[in-house]
Amino acid sequence: MSRALLRLSYALALPAVLMAVWWLASADSTNVYWPPLRTVLKTFPDVWTPGRLRADVVPSLLRLAGGYLTAAVVGVALGTVIGSYRRVRSVCEPVMEFLRAVPPPVLVPVIMLFAGIGDTMKVLVIASGCVWPVLLNTVEGVRAVDPVLAETARSYGVRGVARLKDLVLPSASPQIFAGLRQALSVGIILMVISEMFAASDGLGFTVVQFQRGFALPEMWTGILVLGLLGFLLSVLFQVVERRALGWYHGRRAVGRRPGGRS
Amino acid sequence: MLDVRGLRKVYEASGRHVEAVRDLTFTVGAGELVCLVGPSGCGKTTLLKCVGGLLAPTAGEVLLRGRRVTGPPPGLAFVFQEYGRSLFPWMRVGENVELPLRQKGLPRSRRRELVAGALRSVGLSDASGAYPWQLSGGMQQRVAIARALAYEPDVLLMDEPFAAVDAQTRADLEDLVRGLWRQRGITILFVTHDIDEAVYLGERVVVLSASPTVVREELKVDLPDPRDQLTTRVEPRFAELRTRVYRQIQAAKRSAEPGPRGAVEKDTDAPADQAPSAT
Repeated sequence: MSRALLRLSYALALPAVLMAVWWLASADSTNVYWPPLRTVLKTFPDVWTPGRLRADVVPSLLRLAGGYLTAAVVGVALGTVIGSYRRVRSVCEPVMEFLRAVPPPVLVPVIMLFAGIGDTMKVLVIASGCVWPVLLNTVEGVRAVDPVLAETARSYGVRGVARLKDLVLPSASPQIFAGLRQALSVGIILMVISEMFAASDGLGFTVVQFQRGFALPEMWTGILVLGLLGFLLSVLFQVVERRALGWYHGRRAVGRRPGGRS
Repeated sequence: MLDVRGLRKVYEASGRHVEAVRDLTFTVGAGELVCLVGPSGCGKTTLLKCVGGLLAPTAGEVLLRGRRVTGPPPGLAFVFQEYGRSLFPWMRVGENVELPLRQKGLPRSRRRELVAGALRSVGLSDASGAYPWQLSGGMQQRVAIARALAYEPDVLLMDEPFAAVDAQTRADLEDLVRGLWRQRGITILFVTHDIDEAVYLGERVVVLSASPTVVREELKVDLPDPRDQLTTRVEPRFAELRTRVYRQIQAAKRSAEPGPRGAVEKDTDAPADQAPSAT
């Protein structure tokens, strides 16, 4: 119990210090663009009412979820195929390197041309950015399946779907999760960016609206909400990852302990 | 039961070719325990992988019950040297043992029975819920043996299974294998580089030459059964057999020394796809 408290206090110490610094540094600010934190926090509850949360945060989250999950499914599926076959890999690699180098925000106008300006466009933008870290990490993970394990599976007749489910995907899962984690932060960025173009609701839209209307304390609260959202999603991700990769972390902990395995 | 005829295996790697196994012919009768022993790097693993259908021989053939082996045949189980890498770290011990059975399509109740029985035979009944990496090396190798047993194989191939465990554990595991062999009547082909182990375990010892491998000698081990770590190893006959095998191995090493082709192949890994171990 006390250890948990200690860890919590470690986790909260730096944010508290930063907030305090912000509070003090901005306290006497008369700059319109840089309002005192006091004002920002006072504005917060007025801006982020349940109504607005429903009207702006929920649509943003749905788009993020749609794009992110699409990217996860496509990335893992394609990555598994590319990682499993050397031929496919050598054909796909140059193209992948090219596409990966194109910054996804550039794609927004292009995607708008054929997907319109609705939610499909936003989901596609998010997916097109998130897919790369998932895809590339899956390829690496699938390639790195231990040859002894692969032979064991083969000698016991584990093939097809079972091989995928019991050998390839679990073995690649630490890498896949690393990709998913990167994709999450990319996804949040793209969620905001896609909402800055041709949107009528969402977090990105709201922040830009406030900025254009010179409602600067309100704009700052929007930025705080985005930060908090990112933080919460990352905590959620960690919980899921801990569960899914329990074996991996456990094994690493055993490996690090001197004389843990003999 | 198992016929190896004129087996030859040449690896082609980046234009060079390495002859690992030149010409091997031997048989293993049903229910026999045969040990293959040879100098390190003599292509024992290559041979075993050909027998297990994991590698295709360049020439010659392997027959299991008269049928030619072209891929991993059913009824044949493998125990690898690298226990840490042959158990699935994301599965608990019980699931590891059960995996091949699910592949066989056995009903759940039968699978349970086999898993429990196999774990009991290797003395790990209460480890079923643990992860392999929570166990010691010897216990992990016992799990691998249990997995092979639960599979109910006719033929068990063991590739230097005890090379990576400490000496005391090793003695226990040797007795475990002897015991299981007597109990279950499985045919076992046991590869080792340890001469004492080969003589102690085997009913017959096949001595291999250095790579490119041929059979140098086959000898029957006429030691009384059951064998015992204390008494068997001090019998004069044990010493005689051991000496004879040892001489053969020494001679094999000497005759292999020159020549550009020898000693190229590493024994434990075929030069196929290699990836770093996760351990």
